[in-house]
Amino acid sequence: MDWVNAVIQGVLVGGLYALFATGLSLIFGVMRLVNIAHGDLIVLSSFLCLAIVSGLGLHPLIVLAIVVPLMFAIGYALQRGLLNFTLGPDILPPLLVTFGLSIVIQNALLEIFSADSQKLPAGALQTASLQIVEGLAVGVFPLIVFACAIAVIAGLQFLFYRTALGSAFRATSDDADTARLMGIDNRHIFALAMAISLAVVALAGVFLGMRTSFDPSIGPGRLIYAFEAVIIGGLGSLWGTLAGGIILGVSQIVGGKLFPGADQLAGHVVFLILLVVRPRGLFPRAVD
Amino acid sequence: MAETAQYRVATATRTSRAGLFVLLAGVVFLATTPLWGGRAEMRLVVEFCYFLALAQMWNLLAGYAGLVSVGQQAFVGLGGYALFVFSIWLGVHPLLALPLAAVAAALFAIPTALIVFRLRGAYFAIGTWVTAEVYRLSFAQVSDLGGGSGMSLPIGVIKAVAGSRSERELVVFAIGVAVAVASTGIVYWLLRSRYGLGLTAIRDSEAASESLGVNNFRTKLYVYVLAASITGFIGALIYLQKFRIAPDAAFSLIDWTAYVIFIVVIGGIGRIEGPIVGTIVFFILREFLADLGSWYLMILGLVAVVVMLRAPQGIWGLLAARFDLHFFPVQRRLYRRDGSPP
Repeated sequence: MDWVNAVIQGVLVGGLYALFATGLSLIFGVMRLVNIAHGDLIVLSSFLCLAIVSGLGLHPLIVLAIVVPLMFAIGYALQRGLLNFTLGPDILPPLLVTFGLSIVIQNALLEIFSADSQKLPAGALQTASLQIVEGLAVGVFPLIVFACAIAVIAGLQFLFYRTALGSAFRATSDDADTARLMGIDNRHIFALAMAISLAVVALAGVFLGMRTSFDPSIGPGRLIYAFEAVIIGGLGSLWGTLAGGIILGVSQIVGGKLFPGADQLAGHVVFLILLVVRPRGLFPRAVD
Repeated sequence: MAETAQYRVATATRTSRAGLFVLLAGVVFLATTPLWGGRAEMRLVVEFCYFLALAQMWNLLAGYAGLVSVGQQAFVGLGGYALFVFSIWLGVHPLLALPLAAVAAALFAIPTALIVFRLRGAYFAIGTWVTAEVYRLSFAQVSDLGGGSGMSLPIGVIKAVAGSRSERELVVFAIGVAVAVASTGIVYWLLRSRYGLGLTAIRDSEAASESLGVNNFRTKLYVYVLAASITGFIGALIYLQKFRIAPDAAFSLIDWTAYVIFIVVIGGIGRIEGPIVGTIVFFILREFLADLGSWYLMILGLVAVVVMLRAPQGIWGLLAARFDLHFFPVQRRLYRRDGSPP
């Protein structure tokens, strides 16, 4: 029963990793941009939520209603005001600019909030659990996170394949120049993609802060998890990203049970093995 | 055929010959530090030298081979740990352990390359970072190497370098200056060889270079392994100076890759002079701003972002374009034999 429990925990953590990864996958799909500051933006959302929670005394889940639109706006402004100028045939500018941004965000958080470990107060949700069978219980909060991950991915899938904005995203992704000829404003489309990406990041950041403690230095680690989930799942596939997150989560928790203290390492090793065996991921869609 | 005989191809220019003297003067200035400076100046010069060497290696990868790695800390750490393993466990003389560390880093670089080369562009960058994390976490698991808290070089090994403290510092100093000069020289030599032509072709267009007969994969692999090996040597030297190693510091992204990226971006990526200018600027900034703590890193990050957006060719790129400066000419220029412009 211990092992069943570990696998279930792993699957549920995988939901959170899928939320980390969805935003990264989305902007790569639309504009071939890899945002090195992605993990730091997740942690920035956790800290924004913390600041509002401690200021207004509200529950973090209610504060989502402020943090998500706020990060949406930051995403739009960031893309319009900075990242759009880095896009082009050369991959160096976006990579190095977001790398610089990552260092700036990390150190700004360090300056404002110090290096102390923080946690978002989740209240009764922290310990609530559902008994499935004797000796096997599942936390309510991890279940909520997992359900949100599925809802977000289903929502984005709908947005991409059933709406006009989705057609615009796919058109710019396929051929940005032709899309412009058809009257699509690339700058605006890219900014919307980044805005949606950061809205998902905000959700992920708040959930992260409610689940574990966080500090300004953990961003790059979250970026790596997100990246691994994207690559395991296959570039451009949102459901693949969920599968990638789950595989990573299960590898970490089961690996940590087999070799205490080596949970992160187990996740990375499984990722590298999958990269060797299936370099294009489990469900490849895009050709980079 | 008569037509071609009127032309000759040259790489040197008048400024490149003048530049050589400036550089020689700089090297002499650094190499004579023990004559005019004290212990602190010598330490600073060694640090300058290994950052310059690391920057040359990163520039070779990112600026010429199109391999933007954010995982070079893997090889600094591997080189550092190799020094400890060879000198403590196998009883090798520490100075002999330096080249052995370079060999060890190269050996680890081959399987690493075979994995990360499956990723392209920006995903390659994060892939190299993951492998560096794997090395860091793995070394933290080895309790014979002190696990997560690390270990120190025993006094016997330190004494084996040289008898007295000042002699040891002189030895490390000499190797440091030599590494900086050698890594600059190796990059220059490599770029003027046929591999250099292949590399620049790959950087400009992978498809075109492949169609012209450049073996992209092999060329990139050679460069990656060469850079890893020299980075490993530098890592061993760094920890021969520090005496103490721990996984978090040895595989630090900030110390061994982020700073190096800022140096190259600010100085000028894809130019041999870039890392030299960048390292000088980096040390000047550090001298004035290091007391600001996290503000210092924020300023460095912002400067790199602004340079990348406003002047992607870096400081040296601006100077070179303005004054037609080429201290390390790797471009081939065509001249008429009678001296008139082609």
